[in-house]
Amino acid sequence: MSVVAPDFRVKLTRFGSERFATFGGLLLVALGLLVFLTLPLAMLFERALEGRDGEFVGLANIIEYLRSPAFARSLVNTATFALLTTAITVPLAFGFAYAIQRSRIPFKGLWRNIAMIPILAPSMLAAISFIYLFGNQGWLKAMLPWLGISSIYGMPGMVMSMAFASFPHAVMILLAGLSLSDARLYEAADALATPGWRKFWTITLPGARYGLISAAMVVFTMAVSEFGVPKVIGGNVSVLAVDVYKQVIGQQNFSMGAVVGIVLLTPAVIAFAIDYVVQRRQQALLSARSVPYQPQPARWRDKLLLVYVMLISAALLLVVGMAAYGSVVKLWPYNLSLTLSHYTYGFEEYGIEHAYVNSLQMATWTAVLGAALTFAGAYWLEKTKGADLLRPVIRFQAMLPMAVPGMVLGIAYILFFNHPDNPVNWLYGTMTILVLSTIIHFYSSSHLTAVTALKQLDNEFESVSASLKVPFYKTFSRVTVPVCLPSILDIARYYFVNAMTTISAVVFLYSPKTMLASVSILQLDEAGAMGSAAAMATLIVLTSAVVTGVLFALEWWLLRRTQAWRNTAQR
Amino acid sequence: MNTPAETLRLEGIHKSFGSFAALQSVDLSIRSGELVCFLGPSGCGKTTLLRIIAGLERQSGGKVIQNGRDISNAPPSARDYGIVFQSYALFPNLTVNENIAYGLVNRRKARDQITARVKELLTLVGLPGSGSKYPSQLSGGQQQRIALARALASSPTLLLLDEPLSALDAKERDRLRGEIRQLQRRVGVTTIMVTHDQEEALSMSDRVVVMNQGRIEQVGTPLEVYEKPTTPFVADFLGKVNVLRATCMGSGRYRVGAVELQTPANGISAGAQVRLYLRPEDRVLSDGGAVEQMPNALRGRVEQVDFLGTYCLVGMEIEGFEGQRMQVYFSLNQALEMGVREGAAIPFALRGERIRVFAND
Repeated sequence: MSVVAPDFRVKLTRFGSERFATFGGLLLVALGLLVFLTLPLAMLFERALEGRDGEFVGLANIIEYLRSPAFARSLVNTATFALLTTAITVPLAFGFAYAIQRSRIPFKGLWRNIAMIPILAPSMLAAISFIYLFGNQGWLKAMLPWLGISSIYGMPGMVMSMAFASFPHAVMILLAGLSLSDARLYEAADALATPGWRKFWTITLPGARYGLISAAMVVFTMAVSEFGVPKVIGGNVSVLAVDVYKQVIGQQNFSMGAVVGIVLLTPAVIAFAIDYVVQRRQQALLSARSVPYQPQPARWRDKLLLVYVMLISAALLLVVGMAAYGSVVKLWPYNLSLTLSHYTYGFEEYGIEHAYVNSLQMATWTAVLGAALTFAGAYWLEKTKGADLLRPVIRFQAMLPMAVPGMVLGIAYILFFNHPDNPVNWLYGTMTILVLSTIIHFYSSSHLTAVTALKQLDNEFESVSASLKVPFYKTFSRVTVPVCLPSILDIARYYFVNAMTTISAVVFLYSPKTMLASVSILQLDEAGAMGSAAAMATLIVLTSAVVTGVLFALEWWLLRRTQAWRNTAQR
Repeated sequence: MNTPAETLRLEGIHKSFGSFAALQSVDLSIRSGELVCFLGPSGCGKTTLLRIIAGLERQSGGKVIQNGRDISNAPPSARDYGIVFQSYALFPNLTVNENIAYGLVNRRKARDQITARVKELLTLVGLPGSGSKYPSQLSGGQQQRIALARALASSPTLLLLDEPLSALDAKERDRLRGEIRQLQRRVGVTTIMVTHDQEEALSMSDRVVVMNQGRIEQVGTPLEVYEKPTTPFVADFLGKVNVLRATCMGSGRYRVGAVELQTPANGISAGAQVRLYLRPEDRVLSDGGAVEQMPNALRGRVEQVDFLGTYCLVGMEIEGFEGQRMQVYFSLNQALEMGVREGAAIPFALRGERIRVFAND
């Protein structure tokens, strides 16, 4: 046995540097979240208590706003909008998820992918399509009276568009909720000769109740903070999110904007809190001994559900297809000859020819930087030791963006980064701030993905490395990153698609130079250039779809190449 | 080897998590080349103690001295040990060769030297030729041995094993027990193993450290701790034990109910309330009727027979014990020959020298 006395001094300095790296890394994550999330949000609350000229007015702004008839109107409209959207979307999505998880219909993968299409699109796309379909010159306008609707503009169009935009989010949650089922319960019910409908009411629905609540909260929150849909198809129905925009951009009344922002933040935070509690319960619902449920063929149920799924899929494709078709038609509905002019002259005419390239740049930076920062942050949080006071602070801040609507984040950013005393106020109006705000806006989900991936790694990798005297960064690059690469690509994809489609935070932060594709849709719509608005929306969908496809292919290739050691890969 | 060198010394180790004291004044000396087991119920602090030795956990007080060097505050990377975790923590994306060489590569050794060392280790753990496989392609027991090879790669003077066998099924576990022990003897590396499995501890170790509630209860050879437990906890934790309430009558005599039992005299004074600990196997069975004339002869009525394979554990009500019951082992043959069945009266005698006496607390 060779016993070499270790060089004590060298080892100690390395230890010192590792400890420094731990603390330094965590401090950096905490500081990053502080500067780009918490401080701007704090600024929002501060400004809400100030008058136009920065004098302290206490709750006067808030009281003034809450008393105004405009607020009452917007509040009622927003609540109606959100409740109707939830009431329509969640049952529709439940049926869809039920068909996929609990029946034997064919082509489940196809239906599932079709249901995800709205994620690739900016929410305004549906609004544009519905205007094409049911608007003043709508193709199916004659159908409206059958539905008891006089005009698509206003609440009906808003709810329909929002149902489209939020559908995949509800489906995803319900798919997960319905996948948690215990076959033993159904077997017990069968042994007791329970009829099908009774099994549905007593086993299926109660089992999915947390998923239903969670889906309802997500759809509700999305609708409350939605800005693009009411702006395009809302007509003169005012909602809170648009009020914020008008206060800040239209009237430059930042204090009032901050007040509306806080009002907007309230339901989102409440919904987030409910969802948080519900998620915790759901985790406890399924024991390790549960047996997954395998649906048996049932001819009538399967046929009915297949028809239902096909109808929904057709509707989703119709909405996307309508926008795409509208974008290549010369003048809807009078001249239906095909043209690409909306993509070329159209963009130039309204001075947004650089918007698409900007978006592409912004989304790429967001994906690359976001995936790297989020993963590194989660790594430092989960896999290092010490600094126990800092960790809960980071954990809380990492989950905070989920409760903050994009509009609110946007105003908070204006207030914070546009402040003359802020040393980094040069960031305002740059591409950098668009990228950073988007990373923060979508940080929580990405962070959770990274944490989940890291938690699947053995906790002792770092300890083993230390015992083998291998520095932590070597294990990070040789083991942690390669094993988690599929999840890192997932995060990059999520960031990219959201960066392409989002408008809510960036609408406050772009400058003429950094105009984005999604924001330009609003401008085109306002200018009445429907064709070009549809063209831009279609371009975004295509880009998101291509990048998603490429990243999926990359993931697939990676998993295949590494399946020798990845025996747990379940994709 | 009269006075073997000391590899590791722990002096007054304390560890508290908040107000909870996980370890309290632990002193221990571990000699070169021996295999020591930390044995105790879950939560007794054995794993915490191992992690403190490894530098993965920082002690709240006390010293860790390895090979004469105070390493109390040294980080894991500045200590000299190899470790195998319960989960093995093999890197899934690296081959067996790469896993074993993981720590060697970092020491800037020549490539052919590393290759040779890895080969040597694979042979040592009995898995030559599996170097190009990935961990997931190996069985649990094989993974375990690879983890062992990786831990031994840089020839550490101390090997730490954290419940290394608990993730394996019963048969594999039995086999690996012997293999690990053999390997450890051959390499001669000082080894500390944490386990909650007493059979594992008794069969593998040179010495057993029995722990409970953050303290060391007893340190001794497997036979010592089993035969001569110094605390009620050790007697209770290792193997089965009958506990009888008794009153000391002086000079090693104890009264249980209406019966007096004789043990070797000890310092306990007459009148003291005590508990007698004795194992189900510490009995003499009928030797052609002579058992009635032996000291500590008893007569029990069989209440329950638990068949355990080669043995029966027989619950008996003892004449004169006034309700205190005992469990006694019978081999299957003995049980048949002596007619052990519910209701039968069986004569037997206790081995007085094996009875452990502990004062009531």
